[in-house]
Parts: sequence; structure tokens; C-alpha cells
Amino acid sequence: MALAMEAPDQTDTADHIVEVRSITKFYGSDVHALDSVDLAFPTGQMTTLLGPSGCGKTTLLKIIAGLLEPTSGDVFVKGKKVSGPGPERAFVFQDFALLPWATALRNVAFGLELRGDDRSEREERARHYISEVGLSGFEDKYPHELSGGMRQRVGLARALAVDADVLLMDEPFSAVDEQTRRKFQEDLLHLLGVEKKSVIFVTHSIEEAVYVSDQIVLLSPRPGRIHSIIRPEIDRSVSPDDIRREKNYLDTVEEIWVELRKYLD
Amino acid sequence: MGAAYVETLKPLFIGVGISATFGIFVGVGMGLNRMFQWFWEPIFVVLQAAPVAALIPLITYVYGLGLTAKVVAVIILALPIIVLNSYKAVRNANPNLIQMCISFQGTYLQQIWKVIIPNASPVIFAGLRLGVAAGFIGVILAELLITPTGVGDLITFNRSRAQYSEMYAAVFSVIAFSAFAVGLLQKAEVRYFRPEKKKGS
Repeated sequence: MALAMEAPDQTDTADHIVEVRSITKFYGSDVHALDSVDLAFPTGQMTTLLGPSGCGKTTLLKIIAGLLEPTSGDVFVKGKKVSGPGPERAFVFQDFALLPWATALRNVAFGLELRGDDRSEREERARHYISEVGLSGFEDKYPHELSGGMRQRVGLARALAVDADVLLMDEPFSAVDEQTRRKFQEDLLHLLGVEKKSVIFVTHSIEEAVYVSDQIVLLSPRPGRIHSIIRPEIDRSVSPDDIRREKNYLDTVEEIWVELRKYLD
Repeated sequence: MGAAYVETLKPLFIGVGISATFGIFVGVGMGLNRMFQWFWEPIFVVLQAAPVAALIPLITYVYGLGLTAKVVAVIILALPIIVLNSYKAVRNANPNLIQMCISFQGTYLQQIWKVIIPNASPVIFAGLRLGVAAGFIGVILAELLITPTGVGDLITFNRSRAQYSEMYAAVFSVIAFSAFAVGLLQKAEVRYFRPEKKKGS
């Protein structure tokens, strides 16, 4: 049995940066959040976990991050089984989770500070990523002086600064307004093109999922299971506005909506 | 009057100093560790509820009439407030920030020093300010009830000679001094722990 399990390990690592195998999660004894979920996340791509609230998408993301223990099942990152957080994964939080007493600069450098990098080195790195996310000039501002969108840019820069292979994003745009959110989605795609990260993205917005993803995993609610996997195949060489008008984009949104709608009744 | 203040401030400083160091340590420990909390919490809840004026004869019985008795009076008033505030501040530290620290592989010590304590510092300092104010009550109470020395003596002495203007001068100077000490603490907090408050407000 053990031997049989190990064999596919070797072959999968090349193209799948993260893999979860038969993840089941119970909260207490009666809340069944996830039911034996098997999933592979392709290297260098953006995979979205999409589903109605209560489908366990954030739970699955936190299990991958090592912030939650699964009741059973394993998580593999780069072919190695992991338990707990690790340097190859960086998390972007829904509520930003910035230190209110630290400047944007220190917040961005916080992952490096915990790692023990010396001050000048980590601040230089942090400055670089602050400018990458478009916040130059705001290095010395405290979180309460920044707008919601800017705070999340700080959160994103912090995750980029530790140079992880995988970014785990938990509904990163749900707390920012619609205009900021669209601009942010465009910037994110551009940035990921430059940074070459694999991304696992949780959202409840169908449009957002289709717009940003290479692969969309639809989860069904209570207990969370994989309903289907969709690859939107959208041509991203055109302008953002053209993507949002493209037939393929609109059809995919519609198709997902038809699926998800079944769970609303 | 200067001499009276030196006399009053000595037990106050010692008492508040001990209360602050020991109190923050125990309070933070209680916030972090349930066993620690189980052991200490009842003691401080009872101490906080106890009417200290009634305990003072007991203090004199055990510690006599000198400096020690006054220091103990200050500690009995100041310590429970500091402990219980520190404990609640740490227990209610923002779990999202702790989770963030864990996700970036912060060690347990880093969690405590870089996230939990700065996060708890406004409430810890609120406890310290209340503790200092309570310490003033304790020291004056001790001076009125144990042995008349310092500012407490100024108040009793002037009252006994019906020199009310001097008596009120002593009373108000204590209030002003106490307010000054509390204000100083607030400054220290903003300067060392929560710099964002200086700019924002």
C-alpha cells in the first residue's frame, strides 16, 4: 500500500506544485466541512476555489497553508508532505492582518523580520515590493492611514517579499470596493506575469474567478466536495476591458452560474 | 512640602514598581497559559474585591508601621488592576494577527513579542494608569491610617489646626501630581509601543 502511494509522487511533482489527497475536515463532531477532497494545483498557474458560502473553500486554503489541521488526508507541496506553515507558501489574508502599530514598510518586511534578515536588507526588499504593488511614497504610513485597497496591496507585498513559490489568497478583494477590486485584479495579473508564482485563490465572485484564473475548482456545499473543474482558456493578451466583453468569458461566467444556482434552493 | 512628597513618593514608587513588573508578568502569563490563569486569577479577583481600608489594621499587624506596610498597601491596591488588565489584554489579542505571524513561520516567542504584547499594550497601559492612580489612593490611605507621614500627614495636620487652605493645597497637589504621573505613562506608551497613535489623532 505504502509503495503504491509513493510511486505517483515522483511523476506529479514536475507540473503540480501543491497536491491535496483525500482531505476531510470536521469541525467538532457534527460540522462536516470537507469530504475527501483530491486536488492538484498546476505549477505557475492561478487556480481558484469557487463556491457558495459554507462550501469549505477557505477551510481548504487554510489547510494547504498549514494553519488548520485536516481531520484526515495529506497536503504535498513540491512533492513533499507538509504539516504546518512553510517558507514555500505565503498567505494573503481576507482582512489584511496588518500590524496597526507598524508602518507599511515594516509590515511588508514582517515576514523577513520573523525570518531574521537584517534590517537594511529586509527594508530594501520591502521597498522593492512596495513599488511593485504601486505604493511608492506610502512606506511610512500606518495601516489606518491607508484605504482598504492600499492595505491589501501591503498584504500582497508582504506575501511577495518572502519569495514563496505559492501565494495563497483568501478572498483578498472582498473587503475592497468594486472599482478598486477591478483595478487590483488587473494589477495582480500583471504582477503575477512578472513574478512567476503559482497562486491558489479563494473567492465567491464568479466574474473574479473567471477573470483571473487558469483553472477554476467548483466546490459543492456541506460537506465540501469537488463539483467540477473548469479551465476558462481566456485569451489574456487583449486589454482587460476586452476580456470582460469576450464571448468565452461571458459564457464561462454563465455556465458556472447555472451550476452554482442549483445550490441556492 | 517637598520633604513631604519625598516621604510619600518613596513607598509609592517602590509599590508601583513592584506591581508593574510583577503584575504585567503574571497578567501576560495568565493570558498565555490556562494553568497559570487557573492558579492566579482567584487570588487577584478576591484582592480586587477586598476593601483595603479594612485590611490596613491587618497589614500593620504583620508589617508594622514603617515603609514596608505602606508599600504593601500600595501593592494591594495597584497590583490586581494591573494583573487583570494585562491578562484580559493578552487573552483578547487579535487572533488574525497571531495567525498571520504563524503563517510567516514566526516562533512562539516572536508571536508574543512582536504581535501579542504590542497588540495588548493599550489595555496593559490602561491597567498601568489605573494602577498608578490606585497606588496614590493606597499610599495616602496608608499615611492617613497607619502613621501620619508625608502628604497624608500634611492633610491631617492642617485639618487638625483648622488650616483649611493648606489642607486643600495638599489635597489638590496630590491630585495634580497623580494626573501628571498618569499622563506621563500615556506619553511613554505612544512613544514606545503604539507610534501610529501619535500621527493619527
